[in-house]
Amino acid sequence: MPTFRPILLVLGLTAGAGWSLAADMVQVPAGTYAPLSRSVKEPAEVPVAAFRLDVLPVTNAEYLAFVTAQPQWRRSRVSRLFADESYLAHWAGDLEPGPQAPADSPVVRVSWFAARAYARWAGKRLPTTAEWELAAAAGYLTPDGKNEPEFIRDLYAWLARPVPPVLPAVTGAKANLHGARGLHGLVWEWVDDFSTAMVTGESRADGGLDRDLFCGAGAAGARETSDYAAFMRQALRSSLRANNTTTSLGFRCAQDLPAVPANSAP
Amino acid sequence: MNTPIILPPLNTWFRRGLAAVLVLAGWPVTFAVELPSEVKGPVLLPRAVLDLPVEQAILTAPPQVPPPITRKHAARVVIHLEVKEEIMRIADGVEYTFWTYGGTVPGSFIRIREGDVVEFHLNNHPSSKVPHNIDLHAVTGSGGGASSTFTAPGHSSQFTFKALNPGLYVYHCATAPVPMHIGNGMYGLILVEPAAGLPPVDREYYVMQGDFYTTGAYGEPGLQTFDTPRSIDERPTYVLFNGSVGALTGDNALTANVGETVRLYVGNGGPNLVSSFHVIGEIFDKVWLEGGTRIAQENVQTTLVPAGGSVIVDFKVEVPGTFVLVDHSLSRAFNKGALGMLKVSGPEDRVIYSGKEVDAVYLGSQAEDGAQAARRQAEIKAAIATEMKANPAIANLTMQAQMEKGRQVYMQTCFACHLADGKGIPNVFPPLAGSDYMLEDRDRTVRIVLKGMSGPVTVNGVTYNSVMPPLNEVLTDQQVADVVTYIYNSWGNQGAATTVDDVRRVKSESR
Repeated sequence: MPTFRPILLVLGLTAGAGWSLAADMVQVPAGTYAPLSRSVKEPAEVPVAAFRLDVLPVTNAEYLAFVTAQPQWRRSRVSRLFADESYLAHWAGDLEPGPQAPADSPVVRVSWFAARAYARWAGKRLPTTAEWELAAAAGYLTPDGKNEPEFIRDLYAWLARPVPPVLPAVTGAKANLHGARGLHGLVWEWVDDFSTAMVTGESRADGGLDRDLFCGAGAAGARETSDYAAFMRQALRSSLRANNTTTSLGFRCAQDLPAVPANSAP
Repeated sequence: MNTPIILPPLNTWFRRGLAAVLVLAGWPVTFAVELPSEVKGPVLLPRAVLDLPVEQAILTAPPQVPPPITRKHAARVVIHLEVKEEIMRIADGVEYTFWTYGGTVPGSFIRIREGDVVEFHLNNHPSSKVPHNIDLHAVTGSGGGASSTFTAPGHSSQFTFKALNPGLYVYHCATAPVPMHIGNGMYGLILVEPAAGLPPVDREYYVMQGDFYTTGAYGEPGLQTFDTPRSIDERPTYVLFNGSVGALTGDNALTANVGETVRLYVGNGGPNLVSSFHVIGEIFDKVWLEGGTRIAQENVQTTLVPAGGSVIVDFKVEVPGTFVLVDHSLSRAFNKGALGMLKVSGPEDRVIYSGKEVDAVYLGSQAEDGAQAARRQAEIKAAIATEMKANPAIANLTMQAQMEKGRQVYMQTCFACHLADGKGIPNVFPPLAGSDYMLEDRDRTVRIVLKGMSGPVTVNGVTYNSVMPPLNEVLTDQQVADVVTYIYNSWGNQGAATTVDDVRRVKSESR
């Protein structure tokens, strides 16, 4: 990791889009994603093609490279349309993360617009909900972490902790089966189609729609009512607007596999 | 100047595009363009409502309750409630991440009046991990406010409602997964006082039950995590009043004085269990069942508080003591923490409650036989007494026995003043040995022993003026007879034996 940041900085400034950093990405094999809740017209399972996903969420150091190269995303310059008032509010300055945002900690207080812009700049994209959930469903040893007591314990232990004032380094996160680290246990992460989970009305009156999230009615039409962690992720995505930022919401990037499969897959 | 444009609630992307065009064209665009399409903007209140006085609601932390509302008219009430996720003590040595309304479990008590128009702000602290909302059961309208207050971390929502129905209502978070939000402590009470108010009482308290689901067993130390399987199975590790073991016991106990009337506003957040609310040693004089506005019942021992429901109970405390609040599903009280205390101080009234009067051996199935034996014993005793009276030798023996017993009484009760030799203390306590005053009237002596004596008395030519306490509640009639017999037959004194019958006769004569 220590050598990664300057490299990215150089790449970001010089090469820009089109580069892939395969060494820092893992390949998530094709699979299916069962949406937590859906309308009767929607399929119970969505096929997900194989894709590449960043090993780690984007750090403050990496994000600094981005705002250095793309001044319109600096805190003082960003449009309120694209990021709310708390955008990077914990940074010491426009180009100075400072003590509240250590270099190796995940960047948070970034909007969906900003995360998307970063991904585009890095030659990548944000993962879809289906991709992210497929990757994050894996436990430490198996494709379905729900059967791994240690994984479940770690997951819920993280959910039970308030957000610390200073986030830990991404390097401390455990790898899952696919080699991705910190999908759980560091920060929430933006997904490209987060707004499909948007709750617009009072759900208990909206029977049959895929937004039944409030109170007991939240369980109506849900696939797996005991997956509280999935409900929490869905609720969080639903509560967000694209320009919102929070103290525990960051992101990582994804990428399609090259047309010709790489022969050096991890 | 261009007029600011507030865009209509059109498709979000269309509005954003339009906003961008307007910005480029130099038109000032208000914040409205940043609002998601479901945000409707401030309500246009009619003149009659706008003219109402505006006040900030007083919110209190449990077990306190804001003061009764004294105004005789509706008001516009502004409420700011902050959601905060905080690690706090759930039991000694055990911590838990509570999700709170106002930093406490249960959340702040809200008190408004029927007809009030409430401007409600829900503020989700930036350090929160998840979004929250609030469903106030006092609200008439979609989701009880839940759909209007769904709020991301670090954001704030506002909505307005009119308090149409008086009563005591639960509020709670209704964000999925709801059992987890409620199981983490997201509930509280809002009282909508009837226009006519509630009957005045001396003390009001706020008590709310909730069930908690931790991965570790009851009392297992450290920071505990919400346990989803336990929650789904409705097997709580903790069932608590006011959010922690001991929140209402010991130094935290509720207090009242004898003669006061206490009102408890009791809620049950659940998420799952129904409470059988009971106060040990008290009877609820009045019960507003389920938090409604009619006194539905009087003289109730245990009242049901549904999950997501409430009750108001009034009771006068007549005697001092510690009155224990429990969920009468008693494993919850004994093993899971559902205990509170009301400490009442003041004078005893032993007629209402005597305290323990007798601790005696009870022989169970032998009791009936025992009673027969006691009757038989009494018959034998009476026969012996008759026999003894008729027999001078035995009568003499009886007097010896009386002398011995009387000496014991004397050495415990009389000796301190009259001394072992019966000579008293010169000029302070008169002598009994050779006392002309005592020996001239035996019945008077018995009376003095029973009723005490004060004021001047002349004994053997010396005047004494001190006090002797009455002993009729200290000594039995037999003991009085024994001790009088003793003092009339000691230190050179000579007299007849005094019997129990003598003592009783004096008692009845002097009554």
